[in-house]
Amino acid sequence: MVDTIVFLVAAAICLTGALGVILARNPVHSALMLVMTLFGIAVQFVSQEAHFLAAVQVIVYAGAIVVLFLFVIMLLGVDTAQNLEIGALPAQKWAALCFGVGSLALTGYIILAVDNPVTGRPGMGGAIDETANVRLLARSLFSNYVYAFELTSLLLVIAVIGAVVLARKPVKQLPEEAGR
Amino acid sequence: MVELVWLIPTFPLVGFLFLLIAGSRLGEPKAGWIATAASTCSFIVTFVVFLGLLAKSGDDRSFEQVLFDWLPAGSLNVEAGFLVDPLSMTMALFVTGVGTLIHLYSVGYMHGDPKFSKFFLYLNLFLFSMLMLVLGNNLVVTFLGWEGVGTCSYLLISFWHQRDSAATAGKKAFVTNRVGDWGFMIAMFLLWSSIGTLTYTEIAQSSPMATVTGTAVSLLLFVAAAGKSAQLPLYVWLPDAMEGPTPVSAMVHAATMVTSGVYLLVRMNHVLTSDALIVIAVVGAATALFAALAAVAQQDIKKVLAYSTVSQLGFMFLAIGSGAYVAAIFHVITHAFFKALLFLGSGSVIHGMHDEQDMKKMGALRSLMPITAGTFIIGWLAIAGVPPFAGFWSKDEILLAAWEQPNIGPILWAVGLVTALLTAYYMSRQVFLVFFGDKRWDEGVEPHESPWTMTLPLCILAVAAALGGLINLPVVADWLYLEHFLEPIFSHPHQFVSSTTTKIILAIIAVLAGLVGIGVAAAVWLVHRVKADQLEPKILENAMYIDAAYSKVVGGVGHKAFEMISNADKKYVDGAINQIGKTTIRLGAMMRPLQSGYMRNYAIGITIGGLVLLIWIIAGAS
Amino acid sequence: MIVTTSWYLVLGALLFIIGGVGLLVRRNPLIMLMCVELMLNGVNLSFVAFSKALGDIGGQTVVFFVLVVAAAEVVVGLGLIVAILRRAPGSTADDLSVLKG
Repeated sequence: MVDTIVFLVAAAICLTGALGVILARNPVHSALMLVMTLFGIAVQFVSQEAHFLAAVQVIVYAGAIVVLFLFVIMLLGVDTAQNLEIGALPAQKWAALCFGVGSLALTGYIILAVDNPVTGRPGMGGAIDETANVRLLARSLFSNYVYAFELTSLLLVIAVIGAVVLARKPVKQLPEEAGR
Repeated sequence: MVELVWLIPTFPLVGFLFLLIAGSRLGEPKAGWIATAASTCSFIVTFVVFLGLLAKSGDDRSFEQVLFDWLPAGSLNVEAGFLVDPLSMTMALFVTGVGTLIHLYSVGYMHGDPKFSKFFLYLNLFLFSMLMLVLGNNLVVTFLGWEGVGTCSYLLISFWHQRDSAATAGKKAFVTNRVGDWGFMIAMFLLWSSIGTLTYTEIAQSSPMATVTGTAVSLLLFVAAAGKSAQLPLYVWLPDAMEGPTPVSAMVHAATMVTSGVYLLVRMNHVLTSDALIVIAVVGAATALFAALAAVAQQDIKKVLAYSTVSQLGFMFLAIGSGAYVAAIFHVITHAFFKALLFLGSGSVIHGMHDEQDMKKMGALRSLMPITAGTFIIGWLAIAGVPPFAGFWSKDEILLAAWEQPNIGPILWAVGLVTALLTAYYMSRQVFLVFFGDKRWDEGVEPHESPWTMTLPLCILAVAAALGGLINLPVVADWLYLEHFLEPIFSHPHQFVSSTTTKIILAIIAVLAGLVGIGVAAAVWLVHRVKADQLEPKILENAMYIDAAYSKVVGGVGHKAFEMISNADKKYVDGAINQIGKTTIRLGAMMRPLQSGYMRNYAIGITIGGLVLLIWIIAGAS
Repeated sequence: MIVTTSWYLVLGALLFIIGGVGLLVRRNPLIMLMCVELMLNGVNLSFVAFSKALGDIGGQTVVFFVLVVAAAEVVVGLGLIVAILRRAPGSTADDLSVLKG
């Protein structure tokens, strides 16, 4: 019973937040609504016994990514309301609607009506266990997926350097030319 | 010790790579010494491997070393491997030996050339290619070396490419060689399709092919050999190849590369059919006579030697065609000694005369260049077939083999004898013109003896040219070292059937022919009994105008045919491709509106794709 | 009412579709990036639900990697947006159609 209540409340938070993200006129509000969704999902993670992921979700997503979004919004000064009218692409709204309805119907059909095992193969990481999930996750990451794990560190470094290069203020003039 | 064989070509390769990187920085003379060192190391290793091979017993003298699978393609697996057997070691020994001497000589000869280090880079690359050619354990590795020496020959002939004639000569050599390469490739394809292997040891053990196929393969191999070894009608490039520096003429175009055709045929002796052998013998004899006639009337000191080389190569093919493979290889070796000696000697003369090559402007150099003259005279006696110098023994064996050729033996022998006479004549003429008689050189030229780096190789080669016959003396059966050494690689060991009396009579006739040639030359050029002009008609100097005929045909009718083909190519082949391009552009223009530039439009595309995938999954699952 | 795996999957699907619709209709590049995050989170939720249902830790491992890649993606994406908007202030995704065919 508690599970059900927790699920329903968390789901309500997630969906409200998600709708808020796409409907808010002000980007700042969207970002805050995103935080709400992320918290809801973290709660769902906890109820699915993915404690480590829940923690990471809150720390990385809510703590770092959304803050980054807010920084950028403030930096660029685009925190003003924008109209939601569709501009250049009039058909876009209908296409989006078709997409939403279509994929909702299809995924719902798959989840609720088609009842087949996905692949039938046993997993690589090992069976999960309520008490030792964090340990299992760690073992999986540092044994089977250790190369992928190391590669992600490389990816992050590249992303950071790339972002610094991209977001640097464009140099107006070369120093020598300025001197002349 | 035979396992060290991979080191033999490695040294020149390393030398080449090193000079490629650092050559121009090292400059003169360090680059030359490094190349010479690489060549010397290669020679030493070859000698060690040779000793290792000698240590084995007669039938066991075949060692294959496979480095890696080079071209694994279905049932065809070409290995990069080496074959150590008496034939490959004989070739490798004199290639590295003579090569080393010529490297050393070049250090002196190329003194002051602006492209000094590049010359040695090419020489090392050539040595590497030549060693791959003779050491490869299958036809494809040999072909790699074959093309490699061809490329080096091109690079070295047109070494002074700022001279128009040198650049043209290089191109000519390359194009003519391609004709031979065509024969080599088709022969390989035929061999592969009929006996399914390209490895020498397996070819030797395979059952014989059908006669027609066998003859076709043999003749195609002979086309390859004729291209590389300058036989009729593909000889035209070799006289022009003298545009290259003289050490190149000595090494590439006299001692080593041009003998690779002989090597190829001897190596493939298992597949040569008797019909093909007759063709080879006839072409060889014809080439020998023809080139000797042309050599009689040349004015250029190197051109004489070039035609002489063609003629001597004809002798080798005559030997192969008569089935006397050992005699062919024997002559390859002795020829390498005395022809390298003669070329290096002529180089020394040219060097001392400040790049004068016309023999009419030399004379009386005997006292001014004593070492060059002395060694040159030894080379002359060797090539003229005067006993006991090296040339006598090998030439005598070839003439004997020709005599015993079952079908047209006496004719071949007679042609060979006339050639021998002519050889003695034109070489004597050269010696008398250059070293004896009166001074005829221009004002201001001061002939001088060359430095020790040039005379030392001359002396060593002179010793070899004088004593080279010792490796295969037909006097006592036990003294036929080369013959016994090479025996295991042949399918039918050649046996001389003539009686001892016949042999001796034939040898005496050959010596007499040589002496007559020398005597005539002495009468004409030394004591001027006969007017020389009548002996040198223009038709001989221009080598029967064969070269000019080639130019006429290829430049006239051939040129028009090529132009027609080229036009057809532009119209139809290129036209079809251009149409494809135009159609693509038109289709592309039709598709352009799809790229609206709006990111959200593209996102719609992704979602449509996603939906289709979903439907597909559902359709598959239910 | 017992919470089954399907509930989580439906919730994940809903989040994914809301994010997708947002991506299609909104023109502010920042909000489009947030919508991508929503879609990723919907998928993450499904992964975790499957991990629990099938008794396999692999699903959680995948989610971990998705988190890392999402972080990298946001960093680069925001870098791009900053660079673009600095050059053309106030532009929307529709204004950036230079690559038209």
